[in-house]
Amino acid sequence: MTDALETRTTVTLTVNGREVTATKGEMLIAAADRVGTYIPRFCYHPRMEPVGVCRMCLVEVDGPRGATLQPACYIQVGEGMVVNTESEKVKKAQDGVLEFLLANHPLDCPVCDKGGECPLQDQTLAHGSGETRFIEEKRHFPKPIEIGELVLLDRERCIQCSRCTRFASEVAGDAQIDFAGRGDNIEVAPSPTEPFDSVFSGNTVQICPVGALTAKPYRFTARPWDLEQVESTCTTCAVGCRVAVQSSSNRLTRVLGMDSEAVNHGWLCDKGRFTIDSVVGIDEAPLTDSARRIMEPMIRRNGELEAATWGEALREAARIISSATTPSAVGAIGGAALTNEGAFAWQRFFRGVVGTDSIDAQYGDGLDPVLVAALPRATINEAAEACTVVLLTGDLREELPVLFLRLREGLVKGTTNAVEMSASGSALSALSRVKLPIRPGEAHLVAQAIATDDAPLATLASHPHGGLFTSADLVEARRLIGDDGSGVVFVVGRPNVAESAAPIEAAIRIFAERFPQAKFLPTLRRGNVNGALDMGLTPNLAPGQQFAPTAGRSTLEQLRAATTGEQSVIVSLGGDILENVVDTPLASAALKAASLIAVTGHGGPSLAFADVVFPTTVMHERLGTVTNIEGRVSLLAPKVTPPGSTWPDVAIASELAEEFGQNLGLSDPEETANVIEATTGYPCGSAMRSAMEGVVVGRIDAQTERRLLDPMAFPGIRSADLVGIAPRAGSIASSDASVAGVASRPALSNVAGDINPVIPMPDTYSLRLVVDRTIYDNGAAVRGTEALRALAPTSVLRVNPHDLTRIGVTSGGAVRLTSARGSEVIAVVAEAAVPRGCVALRHGTLVTTNASDSANVGNWIVDSEQVVVEVRMESL
Amino acid sequence: MAVLTAPKIVSSRSEYTDSHSMSRYLATDGFTALRKALSMHPEAVATEVDSASLLGRGGAGFPAGRKWSMLRKAPVSYLVVNGDESEPATFKDHYLIEREPHQLVEGVTIAAYALQVSQAFIYIRGEFALGLERLQQAVNDAYEHGALGSDIFGSGFSLDIIVHPGAGAYICGEETALIEALEGKRGFPRIKPPYFPAAIGLYGQPTVVNNVETMANMPWIVNNGGAAFAALGQGRSTGTRLFALSGRVKNPGVYELEMVKNTFRDIIFDPALGGGIIGDKKIKAFIPGGVSAPWFTPEQLDIPLGLDEVAEQASMLGSGSIVVLDEDSCVVRAAWRITKFFSRESCGQCTPCREGSGWLERIMYRMEHGGGRREDLDLLLDLCDNIAPGLSWPPQQTTICVLGPSIPSSIHSAITNFRDDFIAHVDHNGCPHD
Repeated sequence: MTDALETRTTVTLTVNGREVTATKGEMLIAAADRVGTYIPRFCYHPRMEPVGVCRMCLVEVDGPRGATLQPACYIQVGEGMVVNTESEKVKKAQDGVLEFLLANHPLDCPVCDKGGECPLQDQTLAHGSGETRFIEEKRHFPKPIEIGELVLLDRERCIQCSRCTRFASEVAGDAQIDFAGRGDNIEVAPSPTEPFDSVFSGNTVQICPVGALTAKPYRFTARPWDLEQVESTCTTCAVGCRVAVQSSSNRLTRVLGMDSEAVNHGWLCDKGRFTIDSVVGIDEAPLTDSARRIMEPMIRRNGELEAATWGEALREAARIISSATTPSAVGAIGGAALTNEGAFAWQRFFRGVVGTDSIDAQYGDGLDPVLVAALPRATINEAAEACTVVLLTGDLREELPVLFLRLREGLVKGTTNAVEMSASGSALSALSRVKLPIRPGEAHLVAQAIATDDAPLATLASHPHGGLFTSADLVEARRLIGDDGSGVVFVVGRPNVAESAAPIEAAIRIFAERFPQAKFLPTLRRGNVNGALDMGLTPNLAPGQQFAPTAGRSTLEQLRAATTGEQSVIVSLGGDILENVVDTPLASAALKAASLIAVTGHGGPSLAFADVVFPTTVMHERLGTVTNIEGRVSLLAPKVTPPGSTWPDVAIASELAEEFGQNLGLSDPEETANVIEATTGYPCGSAMRSAMEGVVVGRIDAQTERRLLDPMAFPGIRSADLVGIAPRAGSIASSDASVAGVASRPALSNVAGDINPVIPMPDTYSLRLVVDRTIYDNGAAVRGTEALRALAPTSVLRVNPHDLTRIGVTSGGAVRLTSARGSEVIAVVAEAAVPRGCVALRHGTLVTTNASDSANVGNWIVDSEQVVVEVRMESL
Repeated sequence: MAVLTAPKIVSSRSEYTDSHSMSRYLATDGFTALRKALSMHPEAVATEVDSASLLGRGGAGFPAGRKWSMLRKAPVSYLVVNGDESEPATFKDHYLIEREPHQLVEGVTIAAYALQVSQAFIYIRGEFALGLERLQQAVNDAYEHGALGSDIFGSGFSLDIIVHPGAGAYICGEETALIEALEGKRGFPRIKPPYFPAAIGLYGQPTVVNNVETMANMPWIVNNGGAAFAALGQGRSTGTRLFALSGRVKNPGVYELEMVKNTFRDIIFDPALGGGIIGDKKIKAFIPGGVSAPWFTPEQLDIPLGLDEVAEQASMLGSGSIVVLDEDSCVVRAAWRITKFFSRESCGQCTPCREGSGWLERIMYRMEHGGGRREDLDLLLDLCDNIAPGLSWPPQQTTICVLGPSIPSSIHSAITNFRDDFIAHVDHNGCPHD
């Protein structure tokens, strides 16, 4: 990084008589920003390509034909360039543009959501004339119109800066909004045929420099000057986007994306942005609905969950745990919803107080934490700037949306090439240089073919439906990855949760051994699952990614042990077990057999089996740290007071330990963070104190400086307490110690499992099942949010058109789907991205018919004992 | 008296009613120039064009030879011919497309050979229904005749021409907007730099964009030599060019005249040309080079029809469209109509053009239809100044393309020269001519 900076050419130019240095190729407006010369702007946005259309940033630049007015956002700095941003001519031009912008702009600031945080309003107050010379009738449009499920457009307020249309096409790749009409009748318009259903639509609202775009959930709910703000981290998925969380008194009103250089560049997905409703929850929802917020302790009495005091609930839980015959008959499942501090406290409780290692933050659909810890980890920036990324994961737009945006940028610009190994296609498929589709059970074969030679091609081609790629594809993939993988990032996760982890984990190990210079970005996707694993909520690793003395049961092993009676108590930490475990029949059998203590902020189907329920605080209510996919530990800040008698996890674990006469030595999150750092070197304490861009575990080189906040680019974010205190890597006292456990950290050689699992080919009549994910998955975040609930897709079986034709069913029809577990009638749709010989379902989509035991189709069908799930499909 | 001795270079077949037919074209030396060009070295053809000092006939008047020499060297490059003639009172390309389509095809083929380009596009204004039909027929004829397609006349040179109809937007006559439209996008002009077509043009490749009339000159230049062309005219303005005369003249139409040898007075008043003002009224003003040009008054009638000669008087010969206003014409109405045109045709990208044109149009509408105020005159001029700072000519601009700075010309000219007419409109609360 330092070397690269030094080899860049700098140029010297004169701005307002002052000599300044800038980077060659930099836009004048950005260079001026850095030296404190602010040039007004509307269309310019530092995270998008300039277009130079609003003409607000006109400045005088000396050239061969004398000083001419040039848009500072579109002119690159040059050696010896002489720039004047303050001349009378510049002022007149800028004032002229501002007046033109205001000509047709309605004077409805008092009722406009943007009023008080509006770039147009601010610049008008700063530079405007105060009187209008425009006495004509203003332009009129019916308003507002809906341009997507979540976004409304008021065309009268629009100043045609094209930020939204550029975001949609350039950043998100969802070009369903564009300009229509021309002259001063030009308008932003949705596609007449395709709705603006981008999962990033909220960003257009955030970057709109006027009140033209408003988000339905926030519209008319608050005035900006009444809002208070904290900077925090989004935990809806594991990307760890930096957010500004805003509330009006004690009511959460809005989440905005912060411009973090390391993580999200200011962008958020709509799920992360709009799920604040789920924090409050829906009162009338039943306890078994994740839309319900749990706000008081409960104990099952006479078959019903009834409200109890904390003392009663703690005593009852302690009684249940004590009643287990041995410590190993107790286990805990979950942890992704916890803070690092909560996870640390719970693991200390289970290992130290109960004496069990059967704790697992994953639900059987993740990766071996030993493998994850052993891989050389890439940061998000490294993945986004890699020369090649190998995508062996689910559809990132559905699973880790902002990571999708970050990777997409390099693929679109052509600075990064992608090799995609996908089970059902993804939003990055079209941008991938090489596509190597993988059917369930084939990942390790494809990895071998890339890593060694074409030999596995023959095996792959022996599939009854033939091979899916050629030797030429492998040659190109190998060329892009290179000899040792330097500059390559493997983005690895589970593309298919209806398949055991074995083939994928084998593939990852093959890559890691064959390409020693490559880095890996695991896509464990749930909230703080990466932090929970690092805090020891795994059967075999203790806090700080060090081996635990003894190993316990994983989630699936615990569930099976519960059905056989070996384990009698399950403690659910955070998320709902039935909603998260793909093998639902196994999960419900286990919950029926064992006692369940649920520690949760939300309701869910598992509560039907719960004996004790502890209500916890959730995001935006609690202090702590979380760790994202790249190992970045960052601050989670409380904004509102927790409702009812909810407690933070640290307190619940500590009080429960007290019931056993033991003291965890953890009184509150701050103390816990410091204890974690002192005992393991894991930088929770540092991250909590320094906030901002967080601290990457063991990667002092991955620190980035916070960009200066441009309120014109990110209106609505209060800057005073946020700008200018970028964390300095050197100031983090213990970051050198953050790799304290390095000696005992897992290596690749510690990873168990067969590197070459033998999986037989299916017969001609069988199809292999792929269960992948959708962003709107009917989980607590979606069900608890009015605006998002309607977006959850209904269940549909996606089938390769070739296979549909084979059984004589047309897209839109229905089929009977049969597995060893049972059969179901389900709608089908043709999708070419699904490989021949496979069918695909989205996890967590509602089914219209009554599937056994669960509202989630795909779940009943998946048998977690099987490496792959075979199904048959018949026309009705 | 008008000087009418020069040969007709681009309108030589104007006396024939079937000038658009292949048979007439072949009977009148059609494709002889192409055969000759193909026997020459491509660079020699380019040299002839360069020595002709042919200035581009689209309006800006940039030397065609120099434009060609600026083409970035690349494996793929394109020739794009601009036939999106859409400005009010400009109709000379219309004439060439409808009446001399084979000449255009031959000219394009010669230019493509000189540039060694194998793909050319002719972008034609969508409203030219007959022109499109005839030009496409001419292209088809040329293919059939072996004058287009692969291995033209056995020379080994190949060229394909695609005739692309526009969709009704004046802005697509701006060369970078035209390129965007050809690529299937909205016709938004691109920012220059870096999007100079010669460097980054159609599909990102180096591209020459030439006007229809420029191309129509090619056969004559090849047949007669660049020197013969350069011998016509005077100074920088060589050869002949088409003038589209309209407004309050007895004989409006398209006239091919040797450059500089005639004056505005000649073309407007000579019996063989414009024939004077209808009803022998007095001339009040005239627009010398399209509606984006600043206006001239009768004192400027004796200025020769040459680029530099008009530029010295702070206007432009532009596209060669001359519009005549007589003593009964309402200058306020004329300026309003021109402003309305620009307001409707602004692409909407840049704020000053989009909002400025609309605002000016609304004020001018009031001025003409009632509701005008004396203070509107200063407001109009100040808004014009905010679009084209200084209101000088050639204009300074605040916008991406030159449509913006074209807007103020008519209003500025009208107020500067005929302020009393505006005051009369204010006092009369509307147009006194109505």
